[in-house]
Amino acid sequence: MTSEHSAFGLRPSATFDAATIAGIQRAARTGVYHIRGGGAKRRVPHFDDLLLLGAGMSRYPLEGYRERCDTDVVLGTRNARFPLHLDIPVTIAGMSFGALSAQAKEALGRGASEVGTSTTTGDGGMTREERGQSKHLVYQYLPSRYGMNPADLRKADAIEVVLGQGAKPGGGGMLLGQKISDRVATMRTLPPGIDQRSACRHPDWTGPDDLAIKILELREITDWEKPVYVKVGAARTYYDVKLAVAAGADVVVVDGMQGGTAATQEVFIEHVGIPVLAAIPQAVRALRELDVHRKVQLIVSGGVRTGADVAKALALGADAVAIGTAALIALGDNDPRHAAAYADLGSAPGCYDDYQDGRDPAGITTQDPELAARLDPVEGGRRVANYLRVLTMEAQTLARACGKSHLLHLEPEDLVALTVEAAAMARVPLAGTSWVPGGEW
Amino acid sequence: MAAVTGDSVTSAVAVDLAETSVRWLNAELHNPTASRYRVLAPRGAHAIAAGLRGEVTVDVYGHAGYYCAGMNDGGTVTVHGSVGVGVAENMMSGTVRVRGDASQSAGATGHGGLLVVEGNASMRCGISMKGIDIVVGGDVGAMSAFMAQAGRLVVCGDAGDGLGDSIYEARLYVRGAVKTLGADCVEKPLLPRHREELAGLLAAAGLDHDPAEFRRYGSARTLYHFAAHNSAAY
Repeated sequence: MTSEHSAFGLRPSATFDAATIAGIQRAARTGVYHIRGGGAKRRVPHFDDLLLLGAGMSRYPLEGYRERCDTDVVLGTRNARFPLHLDIPVTIAGMSFGALSAQAKEALGRGASEVGTSTTTGDGGMTREERGQSKHLVYQYLPSRYGMNPADLRKADAIEVVLGQGAKPGGGGMLLGQKISDRVATMRTLPPGIDQRSACRHPDWTGPDDLAIKILELREITDWEKPVYVKVGAARTYYDVKLAVAAGADVVVVDGMQGGTAATQEVFIEHVGIPVLAAIPQAVRALRELDVHRKVQLIVSGGVRTGADVAKALALGADAVAIGTAALIALGDNDPRHAAAYADLGSAPGCYDDYQDGRDPAGITTQDPELAARLDPVEGGRRVANYLRVLTMEAQTLARACGKSHLLHLEPEDLVALTVEAAAMARVPLAGTSWVPGGEW
Repeated sequence: MAAVTGDSVTSAVAVDLAETSVRWLNAELHNPTASRYRVLAPRGAHAIAAGLRGEVTVDVYGHAGYYCAGMNDGGTVTVHGSVGVGVAENMMSGTVRVRGDASQSAGATGHGGLLVVEGNASMRCGISMKGIDIVVGGDVGAMSAFMAQAGRLVVCGDAGDGLGDSIYEARLYVRGAVKTLGADCVEKPLLPRHREELAGLLAAAGLDHDPAEFRRYGSARTLYHFAAHNSAAY
């Protein structure tokens, strides 16, 4: 609302705000729901609503520029012959070739490898660029099984069985025809240019008992070498994690509702699932009750942006985090230098989310050869590596202030909440009190 | 190992799963020291002969559990019994033959090779198939060839509800009755080239039905692009 409106006593509705009105008008005009990329844009309780308790008299801090604060993490120690040993607890989340350009996938692999962490394939299979540039590559096993083959399965360093993602727990996907290039179509065994549907559930198993057998099969095919992750969108997290562990997962990945997607319905992104802040304690509780916390590792994702987010996620009990949207931003997504191009698409830096359209001026979420060529994989990889280093250094700084010589030594006792909602979700006290709302578990 | 013995009659190595683990069997099959294996006493074990790569022949004497011959890539597997869920799932190449019946999702997401089920196959046979050929001697259950992308499914008996729902470019041949067709699946003419293709598949499966007795089904291609006016089809 402008000051001019105020001067005339005009009052916009809080219920029918400008975005809501625009949504209704768009629906009336097109007759189709709004499909977009990215994650939830609404404000939800998040890591910003937590604070770390630096040391004082009752705790002893570590010297910031002298004393070590280690950052490595080992994932998949439960069953695999070759667990992943990563140098930092920040990984790159699964994003498909198809949703992203080959250059973007290569850049993510380069960046992750430079700092000793893993990147992850997506719906559509493994590209040579990504495998070639990724020291540690997690191969997603998705309902569609596009591009799935046993040779690539054996090339992977870990296998991630995907049940869902935070942007759309319970939902499948749709890669719109404009992004189905000849190469994407060939990898997915589909005609070029058609809308490609990704199934919401696996074709050959239906429940946790079946999943246990499926995981057994994957282990048998790969001779019990690879860690097997199970990824769920954050919703009924406590139960999902318990069942994933029962099915044999070596690592559980929980993706909060802020986690991004290449394309799905806006109504799904904003209204299904729970914030990562609420999901982590549920997952940790499930692992603790099964006596597998730190034995079955927990990776969380969904809105991780800073080293503070990393530190807080680990303090709540995660073993590592995964980043998706933030990695794309590091590559150049939503960069102000593309302002004019975004304006041509009816968007603006900071608001661009039309990943489904394939016209990304940054060359990241596109299969258009000219647009994709704008992204230099080497330079992009350097930017991703820089960003990952900053996340790690920030987290180390905060951990040292809490007296921790390893990031994984952070604990819930290092946290307080700024709001009642965050305190209840994160299961830490409201700042200045001993009050944890929500009662006993 | 006591459970593994050379078979003088067939020159196949015998592996008795009453005494040997599936894990040992699969490790052996992934780096085979013989060209033929006989698997005894499978007793419904899961993932038998999963992940074969290259030319190796495996005969399983008895019933197998889930994902028998899963992701087969070049092997020849014959199950002298029935199989559980997902036989030959995601097969890349080779041949898998089931002398008995198959449970759900037979040949799911298979990219290549030939799966023959001499008996019946349950629901979702050929779901999301991506180039595999499947020949079923008997009937198939509901939602078979759901989202089938490529390859051929031959059903010598009847097909259940929702055959070929949301099918892409796979070709379906059914000799008996189809209870209902799924969204965007329609009957198409059986042209001479289809009869020829079908004859080849039947011959490969060892069946002698007349191709003229079959009807062909495939995609109407009306749902290839999302449109609100199609929402009633889902």
